[in-house]
Amino acid sequence: MIEVPDFRWRQALITAIAPVTARVKSFRLRTEIADAYRPGQHVDVRLTAEDGYRAQRSYSIASAPDGSGTIELMIEGLEGGEVSGFFHEIAEVGDAIELRGPIGGAFSWGPADGGPLLLVGGGSGVVPLLAMLRHRGAVAPEIPALLLYSARTRGDAIALDEIEARAGTEPGLSLIFTATRSGGRRIDAATVAEALTTLGHPTRVFICGATPFVGTAATLLVEAGVAPGLIRTERFGG
Amino acid sequence: MATRGFVGRRSPEETQKRLPPGQHRVEDFPILQIGPNPTIDLATWRFTLREGAKPLKSWSWDEFQALPRTAWQGDIHCVTKWSKFDTGWEGVSFDDLLADARIAAPTDFLLAEGYDDYSTNVPVADLAGGRAMIATHYEGAPIEPDHGGPARLFVPHLYLWKSAKWLKGLRFTKKDEAGFWEMRGYHMYGDPWREQRYTSD
Repeated sequence: MIEVPDFRWRQALITAIAPVTARVKSFRLRTEIADAYRPGQHVDVRLTAEDGYRAQRSYSIASAPDGSGTIELMIEGLEGGEVSGFFHEIAEVGDAIELRGPIGGAFSWGPADGGPLLLVGGGSGVVPLLAMLRHRGAVAPEIPALLLYSARTRGDAIALDEIEARAGTEPGLSLIFTATRSGGRRIDAATVAEALTTLGHPTRVFICGATPFVGTAATLLVEAGVAPGLIRTERFGG
Repeated sequence: MATRGFVGRRSPEETQKRLPPGQHRVEDFPILQIGPNPTIDLATWRFTLREGAKPLKSWSWDEFQALPRTAWQGDIHCVTKWSKFDTGWEGVSFDDLLADARIAAPTDFLLAEGYDDYSTNVPVADLAGGRAMIATHYEGAPIEPDHGGPARLFVPHLYLWKSAKWLKGLRFTKKDEAGFWEMRGYHMYGDPWREQRYTSD
């Protein structure tokens, strides 16, 4: 049996809100599970209206366990989004919401899993990968890692400044960033080959993004000779 | 505890009645799986019933196509909180599979096993009596690889993670053995109407 966490709903307090991109905001939440998760995992969030009506959604954790007693969620404001709309338009520091988790142990990485570690992110799919990068930087910077990150534009890319700074200072961390709407190309066989040449053969691969992106990236990696069993995927939206 | 300022976007009452607790309705068909789609060649595809390690009966793709067909229409519910209404599936019922193998279920539990690394446990009682099928068609067309084709388990009254994609066989087990997600904190049974998402639910 793999460690099974306690899935009770718990109150969490919003301690900070900050813009990340034009569409994405960061929320720091004080919660008891702050140091009890593996990077890559997500939490379920629950909101309750005055009349008892409830809505739930899942959000990946962006932070690494950092002793702060908080976790960071990065939430994209979706058109007409019932829960993301609350976070973007109503939520303030000091508000309480409910959450439970951590959930999703298959899509998670810890230093004991080793590397080389290949992370492939599309758009806001980079969030759980950011948690892995932050954790690696803090506790195992010697493990070789490469992030292949595709976003529409530089402005749409989440935490790109931080990731570039990490790639510049952490030995063994490489970044291949492509902005698909500003002249960069979509991830293709050549990009994947470049990533594999730079990193060496990965022992762990995590792909996260929208459905077509994840399907394409997974197929390209398998065609490039990566064993399917090493690849874990997570998809956002349809 | 009410969340300050949260109003929510309620569905019409007709929709709400069909939504298990914590679910919301989607119009698209999201895809969730642990890894890449496995490569499956129908020329070598086989579907096998096993009791523990012992094979009981297996079918080639052509043999499987010759089995009686079953259709089902209704709503499906994913543990990631989306529900999709009025979906149509077709395949071979678990009952017809056992009948063709000329066996009765040898135990009360089984593990559904995929061509990937995936497995999930289901009680036999939840598959028998017309409650489940090995589906090969969705909305009249062969199931796409992204949705588990060529053949997936389909148990619509449980959360969809129980309906293992790319099914290669069913393994009868003496006890109720946890599958891939069940070992990682997901509920052993997974009834959406009782909101059995995780172990403690």
